[in-house]
Amino acid sequence: MSRLFILRVLTVSMFLTLIGRLFFMQMVIGNTYAQQASNNQLRAVVVPAPRGLILDQAGRVLTGNQSSLVVTVDRTAITSHPAAGLTTLSKLAAILKTPVAELQARLTLCGTPGAAPSPICWNGSPFQPIPVAKGVGTDIALQVLERRSELPGVQAELQSEREFPKVFGVNLAQVLGYLGPVSDAEIAADSAKGLQLKRTDVVGRSGLEQSYDLQLRGTPGVTELAVDRNSTVIGTVSKTDPVPGNYLVTNIDARLQAVVEKQLAAAIARARQQGFPGDSGAAVVVDVNNGKVLAIASYPTYDPSVWVGGISSKDYQALTDKQSGTPLLFRPTQALFPPASTFKAISTVAAGNAGYPLTAPIACPSDIKLGNLLMHNHESAAYGNISVQRAIEVSCNTVFYKIGYDLWLRDGGNKAKNPKDPISTTAKAFGLGSPTGIDLPGEASGRVGGRQFKTEQYAQFREIWCRRSQIGYPEVSKTDPVRGAYLTALAKENCIDGWLYRGGDAANTAIGQGDTAVTPLQMAMVYAAIANGGTVWEPQIAKAFISSDGRTVTTIKPKAKAHVFIKKAVRDYLINALQGVPLRGTGIYPFQGFPLDKIKVAAKTGSGEVSNAKAPVSWFNAFAPADHPKYEVVVMVSQGGTGAVTSGPSVRMIMEALFGVQGSTVNPAKSVLVGSAPATRLPTVRADGTVVPLPGAGQAWSPLAKQKAGVKR
Amino acid sequence: MSFTRPQQTARWRRFDWVLIGAAATLMFIGTLLVWSATRPRAIAMGTDPQIYLKKHIITIVLAVLIGWVASRLSYQLLRAYAPILYGASILGLLAVLVLGARINGTRAWIALPGGFTLQPAEFTKVAVIVIMSFLLAEPRDPDKGPRWHDLMPVFGIVIVPLALIMKQPDLGTSLVISMVMLGVLAVGNASRGWFIAILIGVVAVTAIAVTVPGVLKNYQKARLTVFIDPSVDPAGAGYNLAQVRIAIGSGGLTGTGLFKGPQTNGRFVPEQQTDFIYSVAGEELGFLGSALIIVLLALIMWRALRISGRAPDAFGRMAAAGIAVWIGFQTFENIGMSLGIMPMTGVPLPFVSYGGSSLFALAIALGLLQQIHLASD
Repeated sequence: MSRLFILRVLTVSMFLTLIGRLFFMQMVIGNTYAQQASNNQLRAVVVPAPRGLILDQAGRVLTGNQSSLVVTVDRTAITSHPAAGLTTLSKLAAILKTPVAELQARLTLCGTPGAAPSPICWNGSPFQPIPVAKGVGTDIALQVLERRSELPGVQAELQSEREFPKVFGVNLAQVLGYLGPVSDAEIAADSAKGLQLKRTDVVGRSGLEQSYDLQLRGTPGVTELAVDRNSTVIGTVSKTDPVPGNYLVTNIDARLQAVVEKQLAAAIARARQQGFPGDSGAAVVVDVNNGKVLAIASYPTYDPSVWVGGISSKDYQALTDKQSGTPLLFRPTQALFPPASTFKAISTVAAGNAGYPLTAPIACPSDIKLGNLLMHNHESAAYGNISVQRAIEVSCNTVFYKIGYDLWLRDGGNKAKNPKDPISTTAKAFGLGSPTGIDLPGEASGRVGGRQFKTEQYAQFREIWCRRSQIGYPEVSKTDPVRGAYLTALAKENCIDGWLYRGGDAANTAIGQGDTAVTPLQMAMVYAAIANGGTVWEPQIAKAFISSDGRTVTTIKPKAKAHVFIKKAVRDYLINALQGVPLRGTGIYPFQGFPLDKIKVAAKTGSGEVSNAKAPVSWFNAFAPADHPKYEVVVMVSQGGTGAVTSGPSVRMIMEALFGVQGSTVNPAKSVLVGSAPATRLPTVRADGTVVPLPGAGQAWSPLAKQKAGVKR
Repeated sequence: MSFTRPQQTARWRRFDWVLIGAAATLMFIGTLLVWSATRPRAIAMGTDPQIYLKKHIITIVLAVLIGWVASRLSYQLLRAYAPILYGASILGLLAVLVLGARINGTRAWIALPGGFTLQPAEFTKVAVIVIMSFLLAEPRDPDKGPRWHDLMPVFGIVIVPLALIMKQPDLGTSLVISMVMLGVLAVGNASRGWFIAILIGVVAVTAIAVTVPGVLKNYQKARLTVFIDPSVDPAGAGYNLAQVRIAIGSGGLTGTGLFKGPQTNGRFVPEQQTDFIYSVAGEELGFLGSALIIVLLALIMWRALRISGRAPDAFGRMAAAGIAVWIGFQTFENIGMSLGIMPMTGVPLPFVSYGGSSLFALAIALGLLQQIHLASD
C-alpha cells in the first residue's frame, strides 16, 4: 500500500510541475512568445521540375534540356523609379549589346498600350523577374554580378532551357513546338483542374510541347522556409522534391525525317528550277496500318532554337512575315490546297460503290460537252475510249467529269430530291472536311465541295449577294467598270440560285477542283485508308510516355477515326489502277529504274489549279508495297508545277530510303529505319533519367552529363 | 464505494463513469484540436480540409467499440488472451522492421489501405502490462514477494519488445515501457534492491546512449539534448521546439480561439496533430483549456490508481497501476516535451493525439480498468 502511495505522490507532483510550467510560459513570460509569433513568416521557394524529353522512335533526343545563364530584370525595381530605371536599363543594354528599346519591349506587360506581340511582351506575373537575355556567356554574367550595385533589380542565374540536338540535321520546328511563360488565365484554368501552375512556369505554346504539356511538365518542388521579420531563414517547414516530366517517345524516326526534309527541299528546288514560285510545301510518311506518323515536314521552316531564351522581335517578325513565307504555318496540317487529280481515287470509290461501271470504255476527249457546258481536259491529251483504270493511270479529266456529271444526274440533277451526292459523301467518309485528329494543335478542317456545301454557303452569303445585286460594286467600278459589272451580274445570279449545285460543279468536284480544299495530311490519310482496306486512322506522333525514372510506361494505342466501306472489287480495281500510274501512267518519269517488280508502288499524281496562283499545286501520293501496304508517302509543293516532275522524284527517294533500295536491288538492311521497320520496342530510360536508344541508334543521353556541360560554359 | 451493491444493479451502471467521462471529454477536445491542426495544410495543398477530422472520428468510433468489447471479456479469460495479444504485438514489431513505412526517420508504422497506419508498439504497452501482472501475481513464495526466479521471465518478456522498439528506433515508447515495468514491479512488491537495480540500469543505459558515440544517431542525440537550449540547433530540432514554445506561450489565458491560431494556421509546427497536439491547445485554447487537459489526464490517473488500490487481487492491482504509470508517464513526457522540460521523443498525448493505434490501445486499457473495477465490488 505504501508503494501505491508513493506512486500517487509522484503523480501529483508530476502534474503540478506541468501546470506550473504551463502557467509560467503562458501567463508570466507569454508576451515574449507572442512577440516572436508575430515575427514568423513563411516563404516558399520553388524548384522547377526538369521538363520531359521528346525522343524519336529509336530513342534519339529530339528536344533535350540544357542549363544556361540567364539575365533577369525585376520589373518593379525599374518602374518604381522611372529615371533611375532607364539608367539601369541603358547600362545593362551596353553590357548585353542590345538596344534599350528591345529590353523595354521585353519588360512591357502584354495587353498594355504599345506592347509588342505576345512572345516578346511579358506574359507572366509583373512581380516575377523577367528574363531579358538567355544563353549569355560567363563573361557577361560575371559583369552583371560584379556591377550589381549599379544595376538594381538585375540578376544573372542558371536556368534550364530547351535544346535541339538536331540528330541527322532534323528540323521538326513546328512539330516539336516551343515554350512560353504561363498567363494568369492559364494558372486559374489549371488550378480548377486541381493542378498548381506557378507564375515562374513555362508551358507549351505550340506543337507537341502544347499537345502534351501536362505530361511533359512534371511537378515542381517546393521548399517552405520559415523566416523571421528580417528575412533570416529560421527553419525548413516542408520540402517536396521536383518530379521531372515524362519522356515522350514519338513515332517519328529522326533518320527518315532527315531524308524527308531533304527531299521536300529538293522538290521545292525543282519547282523553282522550272521557273515556278514553289512558295511552300509539305511531306508526310505514315504507317498505313495504324496511322503512326513516321516523318512529317513543312517548307519553309525555321530554326526552333530561336524560341529558346525568348524570341527576339526581329526573329518573330521573320516567322510570321508573308515575305518569308510564314514559316510558323505548318503546311501538312494547317494549309489548304485543292486535292486535284489525287481526289480521283475518292471519285473512283464513290462511283464503284454506287455501281457505276468501271471497266466499260468511256471517251477521253480533250473537251467534253456536259448539258450545255463545255469542259476542257487540262491535264492530259485526248486518249480515245478508255477504261476508268486507264483514266486513272493517265489522269484523264474528261472521264471523271463525265462520272461526276452522271452521278449528279442520277441524283436528279438540278431538281434533286433527297440526293445521295455520292462523291461528296465518300470524301467526307474518308475524313475530308474534318480534322484528322493528329496530336498537334491548330489543325485545319478543310472543306468538301457538294450540295451540302452550296446550301451552307448560300445561307451564309445570301444577304450580301442580294444587297450587292442592288447596290453593285461602286468601289470596284470606279477604277474598273468592266469587272464591277461582272461582279454585280455574279451577285445577281448568286442571290437567285447560289444554292444550286450545278452539273459543272459536280464535274469539277469529281476531279478534285472547285470548292474542295484539303490539308496534305488529310490526303495522306485517305490513301492510307485505301491501302489498308478502309480504316481512316487518326495520325499519331506520340507513341508512348516513359516516366523519368523509367518505371512507368504508357503506350498510346492507334485510334481509328472512321471506317469507309469499299467494295472489295472496287478496291482491287483501284489499287491495280494506281499501280499502273508509275508503270505506264503519269508517274513513269520519277519511278524510272525503280525495282517496281520487287516493291509494287501504288501512286497518283495531281496538279491543282488555284485561282490567282501563277502555277498549279504539285501533288504526288504513293503507298507501298501495293500488295501488302506498309507506308504512305505524300509530297506536295504549292505553285510547284506538275506532280510527277516536281514532287514525284522526292517520293521515289523516300521510298528508296524506307525499303533500302539500291539501284535495282532491294536490301532491307539498308533501310533508314533501325531494324528496317518501325520499332516495336521502346527505348530504355534508366532510373537516373538516362535514355538508352535502341541498338544501332546511337549513344545514350544522360541528363546529368548535360547539366555539367551547361554549367561549364 | 466499499459497500456491497445489490446484485440486480445493471453492469453498465457500475462502471467507473468518472473515468469514462474524463476520457470522453479528452477525446472530444482532441478531435477539435486535430481538426484545427490539419485544416491549414489541407487548405494550402487544395485537399479536403476535413480529411483528418473524418479519419479521427472513424478512429474514435472504432476505439469505443474496442473498449466496450474489452470491458465485456471475462476477467479470467484475459489469462488466455494476454499471450495472444503479446505474441501478435511482437509479430507486429517484427513486421514493422521488415516492411514498415518510414516516417521521419523511424520505421514504426505499417501502412493500411485508406491512408490508415498501424503502430504495433502501442499495443505492446497493454500486452506487457497484462503479461507482467499475471506472472508477478503468482510468485513461488507469496509471503516474500517475487524473487529472481520470478523476475527473470518478467525481464525476458519486457526485453524482447523493448529491443525491437529500440531498433525502430522509438526512444519515447521504450522509455514508457521501461517506466511501466518499474511501476508494475513497485506495486508488485519487488524488493527494494531489485527496484533500485533496475532504476540504475535504465539510467545507465540512457547515459551510455547519450554519451557514447555511435549508439544514438546524431539527430536523436540532438532531439534529446536540444530541449535544454533550443538555440543550439535553431534550424533543425531546435526550430521545431522553438515554434512549439512560441505557439504555447503566445496563447495567454484564453488563447486565440479554435481555428484562429496564427502559429497553427501558419503551419510553423511540424507533426502538430500527433506529437505536438498540445501546442494547438496552448495557442488556441490558452491556459484555461490547456490546464483543463492536464487536469483531465490527472483525473484519469487518479481513478486508475484508485482502482489499483481497491483491486480484489494482485493481478488487478498491478495491471491498474501499470496502466496508470503508462498514461501518466506518457502525458508527462508529451506535455513536458512541448513545455520544454523533457527531451524531445515521439509519444502521443493519451486520448488527444491523432493516431488510431494509440487510441485503440488506450481503449483496451480502459476496458481492462472497468473490469478490475467491477470485480472489486
